[in-house]
Amino acid sequence: MPFDLYLNVAIGGVLTGLVYGLMALGLSVIFGVVRVVNFAHGEMMTIAMFLAVVLCTGLHLDPLILLVPIAAVMFAFGYVLQRGLINLFVTRPEHTQFLLLVALAIVITNTLLIIFGPDARSVQTAYGFESFQFGPVLVDAAKVYAGLAAIAFAAGLFVFFRFTLVGKAIRACADNHTGALVVGLDVKRLYALTFGLGAACVGAAGTMLTLIIDTTPTLGPSYTLLAFVIVITGGLGSMPGALLGGVLIGLTEALAGLMFTPSVKSMFAFAILVLVLLFRPQGILGKRLA
Amino acid sequence: MKTKSRSNAARATRRTFTAGLGAAGFIASAAPFSILRAQGGPLKVGVLLPRSGLQAGIGQDCQRGVAIAPAILKSLGLPDLAIVNGDTESNVDTARARAEQLINDGVQLLVGAFDSGQTTAIAQVAEQKGIPLVINIAGAPQITEQGYKFVFRNFPTGPMIVGDAFDNQKEIFAAAGATPKTVVFMHINDTYGTSIAGAVDHVLPKFDMPYTIAEKISYDPAARDLSVEVAKAKATNADALLVVSRLNDAMLLTRELVKQRWTPQAILSMGPGWYEDQYIKTLGKLSDGPISFVPWYDPHKKLTGVLEAALAKADPGVNLNTNHIFTFEALLVAADAYKRAGSTDPKALAEAIRTANITDNVSIGPGISFNAKGQNDKVKDGAIQNIGGKLVTLAPKEAANAKPEWPLPSYQSRG
Repeated sequence: MPFDLYLNVAIGGVLTGLVYGLMALGLSVIFGVVRVVNFAHGEMMTIAMFLAVVLCTGLHLDPLILLVPIAAVMFAFGYVLQRGLINLFVTRPEHTQFLLLVALAIVITNTLLIIFGPDARSVQTAYGFESFQFGPVLVDAAKVYAGLAAIAFAAGLFVFFRFTLVGKAIRACADNHTGALVVGLDVKRLYALTFGLGAACVGAAGTMLTLIIDTTPTLGPSYTLLAFVIVITGGLGSMPGALLGGVLIGLTEALAGLMFTPSVKSMFAFAILVLVLLFRPQGILGKRLA
Repeated sequence: MKTKSRSNAARATRRTFTAGLGAAGFIASAAPFSILRAQGGPLKVGVLLPRSGLQAGIGQDCQRGVAIAPAILKSLGLPDLAIVNGDTESNVDTARARAEQLINDGVQLLVGAFDSGQTTAIAQVAEQKGIPLVINIAGAPQITEQGYKFVFRNFPTGPMIVGDAFDNQKEIFAAAGATPKTVVFMHINDTYGTSIAGAVDHVLPKFDMPYTIAEKISYDPAARDLSVEVAKAKATNADALLVVSRLNDAMLLTRELVKQRWTPQAILSMGPGWYEDQYIKTLGKLSDGPISFVPWYDPHKKLTGVLEAALAKADPGVNLNTNHIFTFEALLVAADAYKRAGSTDPKALAEAIRTANITDNVSIGPGISFNAKGQNDKVKDGAIQNIGGKLVTLAPKEAANAKPEWPLPSYQSRG
């Protein structure tokens, strides 16, 4: 097969992987700080996707314009969800948290099914069928925009956590929960903010995914699983690890589909996960637990 | 009080005597009609379709064939059917459970279920319970190779579809004056897709086709991104794309063909997706050109016109298609069998279906009859093309009403 074919497919895989990475980043942020594993992550993303589809169709707006508003709506959703429901379970056993979030996932999926029905929906954009040509390389325009937006959103999040007081306070909570309480940080509020930020990540990722895939209410479980594969590969709790994991999984699936048969491409993503668990259980950029 | 009471009772008896006599007379006179209703009441038919889930769009399209059936069957002098709808949720296990549920609820005949995997599960239940199943759509050949006594299929098997497709392709190549030398074969990896792919392997050498298959690419019908698959197909430089797909992936494939700027000479589809209304409405001008080799209607048959008119009235703007035709014909088989059997007894119904010979039908071929295995082996495929948002029939000759548009106009030049 010609080299430019590999290059085409690899670029597409990296761009899709960046969006996957942003989605997984939300999961990683929530777990890293709140220490709750969000089993409704994919379902929260489908809420954002349907918001994008409805607003794009109804208001004739581009998903890229809706990126920040939908992320803001999802932030509010995540904040309220954490303060009103999940916060009650933070100190409870992990299996109780698991059941709560799985129940939440089922409620979200079925509510979306009742409202929107089972059919796939897509957004129509001016560049929906366009691609950029660089010599022999053809790059899907929608994937380029989605990938760049994912980088910008993730960069904003990095800046927030590194340079703002609230971001530093959230990191302090993650590093030492007791210490954060001792110095007088409002940990409950910071947890809610963190959950909101995780939901905003998934909101942004979901909005951009509508450029790449069709939206159905039943997408959630497969994307929750994908997010887990990515964060475990990249390192649970590591923000750069989530992005790296996303790119790695996107690239692996694309190249495996090209070199072997496309119908088994997911198998290779799981093979990477198994290898990481065997040889670096903390993930590629994760910290080894004492 | 006692005397008055007796007197009242006596008056009441006298008054009610006449009324009672009248009522008794009415009941007695109505009794024969009641008996007749019991004998000639509607046949309870359970229609199992994937009304939700991945195949919901197609299941709901099949339902259009159910909706227009009663009035047409009545106009043909056939008895009424009491339709009980069931949803397989596009899932094999649910299909099996719903079939059992419908039988327990008293349905006397089953129709369904579009998907080969789901239909296989329903067929096992129908055979076990001794309730006739008339398959509307399902191509996996093994369903009618199990020696079942209660399972009947008025739809071509995978090898029949492939064989007819190759015959029709030759007719089209001759009419177009062009022949692809190579094709890339993309197919879904579900029960239907793999059975057709297997049939292509098995049948292709016998047909002396003018092209060779450059590469076979299988993919998941639930895939959400087919960019890698299309990139791989494009890299083969094949003249044409031979494809077995469903609706959602047909739309995904088309989008990728446009984005990757690849317009093959022809798209030759041996499955659903490319001719369906949702495909045409969603993609507009980009939907023009694919040629589908599918079980289809004969536009020259009388009943086709009746079905088209009924569909146009019920669902304006919807093109008559495989889903409507074969779901309607499954109900036609049921009503015809019930009329001839004169009974709801499952064995009598099965026997009546086995001896069916319906010539006033819609699909291409001489009519509806079943061989010893319960398969209509005379039903024929057609070749149809999307032109200007409409579907025209290119082959076989006896059913054709248009010439092929060849090659496929470039996607980039469609505006």
